[in-house]
Formats: sequence, structure tokens, C-alpha cells
Amino acid sequence: MIPASPTPSALCVEGLTFSYSGKPVLEDVSFKIEPGEFTVLLGPNGAGKTTLFSLITRLYDSRVGKISINGAEVRAAPGAALSRLGVVFQQPTLDLDLTVRQNLLYHAALHGLSRRTAAERMEEKLLRVGMQDQVRARVRQLSGGQRRRIEIARALLHEPALLLLDEPTVGLDIASRRVLVDHTHSLCEEQGVAVLWATHLIDEVEDRDTVIILHRGKIRAHGDVATVTAAAGSASLGGTFQALTEGRQ
Amino acid sequence: MSAAAYLRCFLGIVYRELLRFVHQRGRFIAALVRPLVWLIVFAAGFRMALGVAISPPYKTYILYEIYIVPGLIGMIQLFNGMQSSLSMVYDRELGSMRVLLVSPLPRWFLLLSRLAASTLVSIVQVYAFLFLAWAYGIRLPYGNALLLLPALFLTGLMLGSMGLLLSSLIKQLENFAGVMNFVIFPMFFLSSALYPIWRIKEGSPLLAQLATFNPFTYAVEMIRFSFYGQVNVHAVAVTLGVTAILLALAILGYNPARGMMARKRTTEA
Repeated sequence: MIPASPTPSALCVEGLTFSYSGKPVLEDVSFKIEPGEFTVLLGPNGAGKTTLFSLITRLYDSRVGKISINGAEVRAAPGAALSRLGVVFQQPTLDLDLTVRQNLLYHAALHGLSRRTAAERMEEKLLRVGMQDQVRARVRQLSGGQRRRIEIARALLHEPALLLLDEPTVGLDIASRRVLVDHTHSLCEEQGVAVLWATHLIDEVEDRDTVIILHRGKIRAHGDVATVTAAAGSASLGGTFQALTEGRQ
Repeated sequence: MSAAAYLRCFLGIVYRELLRFVHQRGRFIAALVRPLVWLIVFAAGFRMALGVAISPPYKTYILYEIYIVPGLIGMIQLFNGMQSSLSMVYDRELGSMRVLLVSPLPRWFLLLSRLAASTLVSIVQVYAFLFLAWAYGIRLPYGNALLLLPALFLTGLMLGSMGLLLSSLIKQLENFAGVMNFVIFPMFFLSSALYPIWRIKEGSPLLAQLATFNPFTYAVEMIRFSFYGQVNVHAVAVTLGVTAILLALAILGYNPARGMMARKRTTEA
């Protein structure tokens, strides 16, 4: 797949509309994420975050609008698009009975990586998340925070241009949440991976992040934290979020 | 993607399925106990009540316990096919289905690999069952056991596709019990697994007619004939045809444009 420009956006969503049984879940959603950008998709429960993720990951299709990952259109060239996409789903998706290594090698196989490449990358990615000593541990023995870190390492095995995380801190304690947020930020800065992080928790947003506020299927605000806050005439992001998502249809 | 990538992906899926099988000892034991109870308890009782006259592929009068072995093999594969496909819908397997489907390889290839992998697991169960039947002293032509392989593979694929199709169609699967009552039991009882169709006909022509519409009947007959080194062309053709249809529909069911995945998960939006 030839990219549209020399450096395509990691993710480009244009005019995406999706409805279920006539009820709109997403309406004319458009945004871009550039390489190395950390974007927080902020929205209350039911805002359409998971639907948006399901469309990006091609679990289902929308006939209206366009999604491109690293220049490859998801519908026209699903293989090229998905090969540059890493995902951490909301629900845990590791096999509890298998070891960390077995889980990671399975993922590498799904992406067609050779055994050797897989082993090298596994070592490197686990080291990054500080889990290199747990290679042979069964996932069941690991804590929730550790499992999440393994899932991030797994999502990076095939070196994606875009990493999606759907409410990855659900069920984690404050310390583990912090570790995860910090680690993902460092991935953006050091490796140029673009991140789309969905959450409904304001305190996971850092000042340097880009924020998209999604409510009832529509983008209510998009930009860096300062711009979004200023535009809403609010003192804080929390205030902005509340103003934009409460009592509005 | 290169051919090597396809092969690695396929082997990865098969390896994972075998690993999971090794770890789920409970499921393995249940898969063996179920047909053994039928073979040892049920067949012993029916041996006296039911005589099975000579009909192909049998050349002599046979004991009832010999008659039902192919049906029990089908039962093992029926349970396995339903369990492995439907487990994608409930328990934690939903997550693993998502992981599978975000692979860059074509979806039909991923689903087919997953089906082939679970079929392989069911074949391991079948041979374990045959070993126990042999140890128990059931006299079957065990020398032909390997001839069963193509029939077992096709049956596993058919039943797995059916499970996969069901998993994409049914909106809410509360538990496995519903599937047992509405799919597994009718398919098993309304087939030639436990009694020859002509026997059912003596009791109820209508039920016999229904049994001839049941694809499971043909899978069982295909296995039965293979055991005696024969090919029941009719049974093979029906099983092949049904497999192709179910497989195509299951793949279509997981086509993102059809939105079957979407229909199931609106509550998460």
C-alpha cells in the first residue's frame, strides 16, 4: 500500500457516521492523529468510544465515512491497515492459563512474524514495560496492572504506527494507573508511536496531550488541553468536560 | 503477506488451541466420560432390547455397542464444535476472538484456521475415546482407525462451522444449557447415531423423515462406513455440501459489513 503522503497521519477519521437500528451512535466524527501524538478520547459511558474503536479495528464497518491507519484505508486495504495497528481492548484478552511467552508468541504468529523476530521483539518490549522477569509466568499469577503492561507489550510486538487503548485502567489501583499512563506517554515520545487513549477519567489527561471530547456520538471539543479549556471558557479541563457532557443532547 | 506469514499464523492458532486443550483437563475428561457413559451404561441396557439387523457397512449381526460407536464419535465432535465456537461468544473467549480478528490476515483465513485447530482437538478426543473403547473390549476394526481421519476432519469442520454460525447469529447466549437443549440434543437424538433410520421409521415415519434432513446423520454414516474402509458417497457429498454452506455463512456472519458483531454489542457503545 502506497501511503497518500510522505508522512501519513497515524490515524485519519473522516466524516464517520454509524447507527444501530436507526439510532445514531456516531455522527460525522472527523479527526487526525499524527505520529508521536498522544490523544485522549474523553467521553462518559455510552459516548460511542467503544463503537469508534470497533470501527477502527474493523470488528464492524461503517458505510458512511472513512478511516485510514498510516495511510491505508481500513475498508479498502484491511491487511495493510491492521498490520500497523496495535490494540489494548477494554476487557482483558490474555489467556490466563498460558504463560506470558505463549501469549506473546501467539500474537506474533497472528501477525505472521518469524519465531526469531518474535523472540527478539518480545524481549525488547517486555523490558520496556519492566516485565522481562515474568516471561515464563502464567498470566493468572500476575496482578491486573501487570497484565495490562503485558497487553501493551503484546500490542507493540508488530511495531504498530498507532496504538489504541480502550479504557485500559479500568479496575487498576492508583499506582498501576500512573505507571500505565506514564509508560504510554514515554512510548509516544521515544518511539513516535501515535496513541489514542479512551477514558472517562479526567485525571489521566496531561497538559501536553491532545483531547477529543466525545458525547452522544459527536465530537464536542478537539485540541490541546489549553485550547479546549479556553474555548469552553472554563477554568479546568474537568469543568470543560462537565459543561460539555452534562445536560446536553 | 507472504505464504510464510500465513503458515506461521496457522501454526500459531493450532498451537494455542492445543495448549488450551492441555490446560483444560476438565473439558477433556468430560469429553471422554460423556460417550463412555453411553457406551458402557446405555448400550449395555439396549443390547438386549434392540437387535440390529445386517445393514451396510456391517456384514454380520453386530452388537448394539458396536453400532453406536460412530454416533458417539460424532457426539464428541458435536460437543467440541459447539463448545469451542460458542465459547467465543461467552466467557473470556470474546476477547480472544477480538485479538484474532485484528490480525492483518484475511478474516476467512483466520476463522478457517481457528476451526481447523478446534477440529484437531476433537480428533485427539476421538482417538482417546477409541483407545478406551478398545481397552474396555469393544470389538471394532481398530486397524482402520486411521482411515477415519478424513471423515473426522470433515465432521469437525462442519460442526465447528455450525457453532461459529450460531455464535454470530444468536444475540444472547446465556449459557451452554440452551445450546444443549435446542441444538445438541435434537441433532444427536434425531439422527442415525443411536438407532438406524429404518428402526426409527418403525416407530415414527415422521421422525425418520426428520432424521434424513439432519446433516449429523450423514456425518455419522460417513464415519461408520470409513471405519470399515468404505466410502459412503452419498453421506460424504451431503456432509461436504453442508460444510461448505455453513462455513460460507459463518464467514459471512463475521464479515464486519454485516454488522453481526455490532448487533451483539450495542450495550457497550
